[in-house]
Amino acid sequence: MAKEFDLNEVEVWDGNYAASQALRQAQVDVVAAYPITPSTPIVEGYGGYVANGYVDGEFVMVESEHAAMSGCIGAAASGGRVATATSSQGFALMAEVLYQASGMRLPIVLTVVNRALASPLNVRGDHSDMYLGRDSGWIQIDAFNSQEAYDLPLCAFKIGEDTSVRLPVMVHQDGFTTSHKAQNVTPLKDAVAYGFVGDYVPVDEMLDFTRPVTHGAQTEEDWHYEHKAKQHKALLDSRPVIDKVFADFKELTGREYKRVETYMMEDAEVALVLLGSSVETAILAAKELREKEGIKVGIIAPRCIRPFPYDLIRDAIDTPSLKSVCCMDKSAPGGAMGMLFNEISAAAYTTSSRPLISNYIYGLGGRDFAIEEAQRIMREQKAHADAGHITTNIQQFSGLRGPKLGFYETRRS
Amino acid sequence: MSLQGNDNRGIRELGAEKKVGWDEVTQGVALNSFVGESENSAFLKAEDRDYNDFSSYTATVASWRIIKPVYNRDVCIDCQNCWIWCPDTSIISRDKQMLGIDYDHCKGCGVCVEVCPTNPKSLLMFNEAEENDEALAGWPVKEKKK
Repeated sequence: MAKEFDLNEVEVWDGNYAASQALRQAQVDVVAAYPITPSTPIVEGYGGYVANGYVDGEFVMVESEHAAMSGCIGAAASGGRVATATSSQGFALMAEVLYQASGMRLPIVLTVVNRALASPLNVRGDHSDMYLGRDSGWIQIDAFNSQEAYDLPLCAFKIGEDTSVRLPVMVHQDGFTTSHKAQNVTPLKDAVAYGFVGDYVPVDEMLDFTRPVTHGAQTEEDWHYEHKAKQHKALLDSRPVIDKVFADFKELTGREYKRVETYMMEDAEVALVLLGSSVETAILAAKELREKEGIKVGIIAPRCIRPFPYDLIRDAIDTPSLKSVCCMDKSAPGGAMGMLFNEISAAAYTTSSRPLISNYIYGLGGRDFAIEEAQRIMREQKAHADAGHITTNIQQFSGLRGPKLGFYETRRS
Repeated sequence: MSLQGNDNRGIRELGAEKKVGWDEVTQGVALNSFVGESENSAFLKAEDRDYNDFSSYTATVASWRIIKPVYNRDVCIDCQNCWIWCPDTSIISRDKQMLGIDYDHCKGCGVCVEVCPTNPKSLLMFNEAEENDEALAGWPVKEKKK
């Protein structure tokens, strides 16, 4: 039996420590991990809890992130509650195995501390790794601060392990700006947290010797397609389960989460869509701009990146007051528009309001995104709204040294 | 038990492709080997186990093979070499007596022939289309020492 961890009502935790405490309180059976900046302290923390008797579990040291997720898959197929953490290059090395985990319908929780992908080599936070995972069949949930980096893994186990879902879940947080920023966090007592997550009920576990089972069988053109269709439906059908888990969590803690967070959208004329720690920056910028310049700015922050919340995004966008939306992608777009621009545009296209939508690339490799720059972009949105069309290039780069970089012009007038 | 390949086994032959839709495939391609619980399966002979329709024991891969081993009981010394070396557990032996080839799972690799120590060999490769009786009728005689 694991020892209870003595916790204050309010602790000062960074995002990494917060996530490691959540893994401990969920009494994760197995963590197979390989260290990488900036996510190392999460699994290091779990290893410490194992060594000191605060969790009944196994820490498995492996030779790579590919092996880490492979070990997680074996442990999860055997019937354990399993989690690990990674970032950036480690996430990229894990990519092959991520698809195995989701296809095998194993509810592993992966805490991803977002970091740029090389080259140039960079340890700072951007969303390149998070975007890399978006077709992998995992549920992806984004934490914007330390409190959320603690709360959301607890929710993630409950979501992924629901027998109607049975999918792995990533909980993202921004490298350094969240993972290494100490903030006030209100944790749950160990018993309360575990009571919320609940006992893990395995399905088709390999350690049930009365029912021998094969996991990860091969299927060719005969059955692969049917399995992928079923998996996609499970992902889309996880939406009400996520909503229910968030509702239960609110009842327990008073802290409310939604698949799409919206701030000041009731009367917003312009809006920014963004993820991660930038959300709080944008909220501060928007409040100030409303007070000082009377520009009605709202913020839309997808909490859930996969399954992409087309339903709630349409609800957020489909307001007559909203004229111009800027989607801000913190990942190198690789010869296309940013992911948020593409997804939000697709969601908005079938609404009746259809605001102007433009795209900013920002914050790559941890480039700072400050309140002043957020406000400049908000003012630009107001100019689009007043003109009735996008007055700049559709895709632009924020905070970039050198001549202005942008692509494509609107054909709407 | 049947030792010859049986084309009426396996999910395709059972008509699963017509009967099973995307909503009926197993979650995560998890395939239970047996129908219901089978705690003692390790102590049962393969033919006595209740394999389910989707297990690889039930499925046949006989069509992968273009040449086949034929077994000659008259020469065999029951040494079990072929049973040990066969990569597809397709040599059937009971109480250390060779019974023959499981043609549903044999892929015709010829390892059993390579490792057979008798003179002449008790297992030889023949074209898949050749009848086993004809193969046995023309079995080579013992080679003289040179």
